Amino acid sequence: MSNEHTRIEGETIDERLLVKRANRQDLRFAVIGLCVLIVAMVALLALIADFMLDGVPRINFDFFVNYPSRKPEQAGILSAWVGSTLVMLTTAALAVPIGVAAGVYLEEYARKNWITDIIEINVTNLAGVPSIIYGLLALGLFVQTLRLGQTILVAGLTLALLILPIIIVTTREALRSIPLEIREAAFGLGADRWQAVWMYLLPAARPGILTGTIVGMSRAIGETAPIITIGALTFIAFLPPAPIQLEFPFVNFQWLNSPFTVMPIQMFNWISRPQVGFHVAAAATGVILLAMTLLMNGLAIYIRYRIRRGMK
Amino acid sequence: MDALTIEKAVAAPVDEPLRASVIDLSFHYGEKQALFDVNFPIHDRKVTALIGPSGCGKSTLLRAFNRMHDLYPGNRYQGEVILYPEQINIVSPAVDPMLVRLKIGMVFQKPNPFPKSIYENVAAGLWVRGIRKKSLVDDRVEFALTQAALWDEVKDRMRSSAYGLSGGQQQRLCIARALAPAPEMLLLDEPTSALDPIATARIEELIMELAPTVKIMIVTHNMQQAARISNYTAFMHLGRMVEFDVTTNIFTSPKERKTQDYITGRFG
Ligand SMILES: Nc1ncnc2c1ncn2[C@@H]1O[C@H](COP(=O)(O)OP(=O)(O)O)[C@@H](O)[C@H]1O
Ligand SMILES: [Mg+2]
Repeated sequence: MSNEHTRIEGETIDERLLVKRANRQDLRFAVIGLCVLIVAMVALLALIADFMLDGVPRINFDFFVNYPSRKPEQAGILSAWVGSTLVMLTTAALAVPIGVAAGVYLEEYARKNWITDIIEINVTNLAGVPSIIYGLLALGLFVQTLRLGQTILVAGLTLALLILPIIIVTTREALRSIPLEIREAAFGLGADRWQAVWMYLLPAARPGILTGTIVGMSRAIGETAPIITIGALTFIAFLPPAPIQLEFPFVNFQWLNSPFTVMPIQMFNWISRPQVGFHVAAAATGVILLAMTLLMNGLAIYIRYRIRRGMK
Repeated sequence: MDALTIEKAVAAPVDEPLRASVIDLSFHYGEKQALFDVNFPIHDRKVTALIGPSGCGKSTLLRAFNRMHDLYPGNRYQGEVILYPEQINIVSPAVDPMLVRLKIGMVFQKPNPFPKSIYENVAAGLWVRGIRKKSLVDDRVEFALTQAALWDEVKDRMRSSAYGLSGGQQQRLCIARALAPAPEMLLLDEPTSALDPIATARIEELIMELAPTVKIMIVTHNMQQAARISNYTAFMHLGRMVEFDVTTNIFTSPKERKTQDYITGRFG
C-alpha cells in the first residue's frame, strides 16, 4: 500500500517490511513442517507397506470363513474377527453410556471441591495405567472372585474399564469447550440442569465425545495383554451362539458367556509358531485389524460430518 | 440505485478529497451472495456511517475493508475497493491481507478481548508491529485507554485479566486496543451496542474527536447515532446500497422511497 510509513511518537513502522518478514517466516515454518511430516509419514508408510506386501496376498474369502487350523494354508480368522466384533460391541455398550454419564456428572453436577479434584486427578492418571494391570484386576475380580469365566462378557468388561478414563476425560473436555453463551442461553431460558444437558450441551459436545469414543475403541481393539491375562483361548474352532434367532424373543445373550478369541491374540499365536505360513497369516490378520480400525475411524468422521451439516 | 444517481449524490461537496471508492463490490459467503454491486465513495477525515435493517450486509461490507473474510474458506470478493492516492485495490487477492490490516484498526460488534491482562490487550497491536520499547508502549497504552475513556477505571488494575471487566468496559478496551497503534483507518461495527448510555455518549464523542486524525472511518450504526455523529450516511437494504449522501440530506430529504420508509420507522 502506501510508501509513507506510519509514525508512532518517533518510532517508524514499515508495514511492508513487517509483511515481508511475516511471509518469510511463514515459508520457513511451512518448509520445516513439511519435511518433518514427510519423514514421519515415510517411516510409517514403509512399516505398513512391508506388512501389506506379506499379508495382502494371503487374504481371500476362505481366510474369513475358516477356523484356525494346524495347516497354515487352511488357517482362517473366522473365530477371531467374530470374537473381536462381539467384544467391541460389549465394550462400547458398557463404556460409552457409563463414561459419558460420569463425564456429565463430574462436569455439570458435581460440586467443585477437593474430592472432585482428587477424582479428576485419578481419572486422568488411570488413562495412563498399563493395560496389563487392568488384566490382572479383571482376572482377580471377574474371573476368580465373581466366577464369570473366560468369556466375551469379561473381555468386554475389562476393555470397558480400560477405556472409561479416556471417554470420561474427553466428555468433560468437550463439555468444557462449549461456548459460555450456549450454556447461558439455555439456563437463561429457565431450563433445568437436565434439560440444559440433554437438549443443548450434549448435542453441542457430541463431536468431541465421538472422537474420544473412537480413540478409546481403537485402543481396545488392539489390546492383547489384558485379554491374555484373563485367559482367552488361543485356539477356538467354534463360534459363540448367534445373537439373533428365529424364535421368540429373537435376541439371545448366550454369546456373552461364550469362550472366544480376538484378532491380536490370533496374530500373537501365529507369530510364535515356527512355520513361515503362519507368519504370513499373522501379517494378513494385521492388515485386517488395521482395516477394522480405519473403518471405525471412518465411521466416526462420517458421523461427525453429518452432525456438523445437521447443525448448519 | 444506479451509478448515475450515486455520482449525483456525491457531486454536491466534491471539494473534499476522496480516500477510497467502493466500485461494484459484490461478496459471496460460499454460495450465498451477501453484497450486490455496492458503490460509494469515502471522504477524507470524515465519518461515514452504514445504516440499514439488521442482516442487510453492514457488517459484511465493513469486514471487507480489512479482509476479515479471507480468514474463512469459500468467501469471494468481486469488484474493487480502491484506496487513494495509492490507487490500490485492497480486496484484490494480489494485496496481502496482513498489509491491509496493519493500516486499518477494527472494533467488532461483540467485545472480544484476549484472555490476558488489560495492559497486554492494549499493547498487543504495538507488539505485533515490533514496538517493544517499554516507555513507548506504556505511553501509548495510557494514551489509548484515555482516548477510549477507560483509563480512570482501569489504571489501578492494568495487570488483572480483561475478562474481569464489564461488557461495556471490555468494548472500550477493544477500542483502545485498536487505537494504540494509531491506525490511519478505523472500522467500527456497532461499537456501542453493548454499552450503557453514558459510555455510548463518550464513544460518540471519541469518534467525532478522532475524525480529523483518521483518514477513513466507517461505522455501522443505528439510525439516531448515525444522524448524530456521521458526516456521510449510506443506507443499505438486502445487500444493496440504496442511497448514499451527506448525512443531513439522508435524514431530511432522502431521494429514495425505501430510505424514507426506513428513517421514518415504517420498516426495519
Ligand atoms: N458467515 C456467514 N455465512 C453465510 N452468511 C452470512 C454469514 N454472515 C452473515 N451472513 C449473511 O449475510 C447477510 C448480511 O449479514 P450482516 O453483514 O451480518 O448484516 P448486518 O451487519 O447488516 O446486520 C445476512 O443475510 C446474513 O445472514
Ligand atoms: Mg452487523
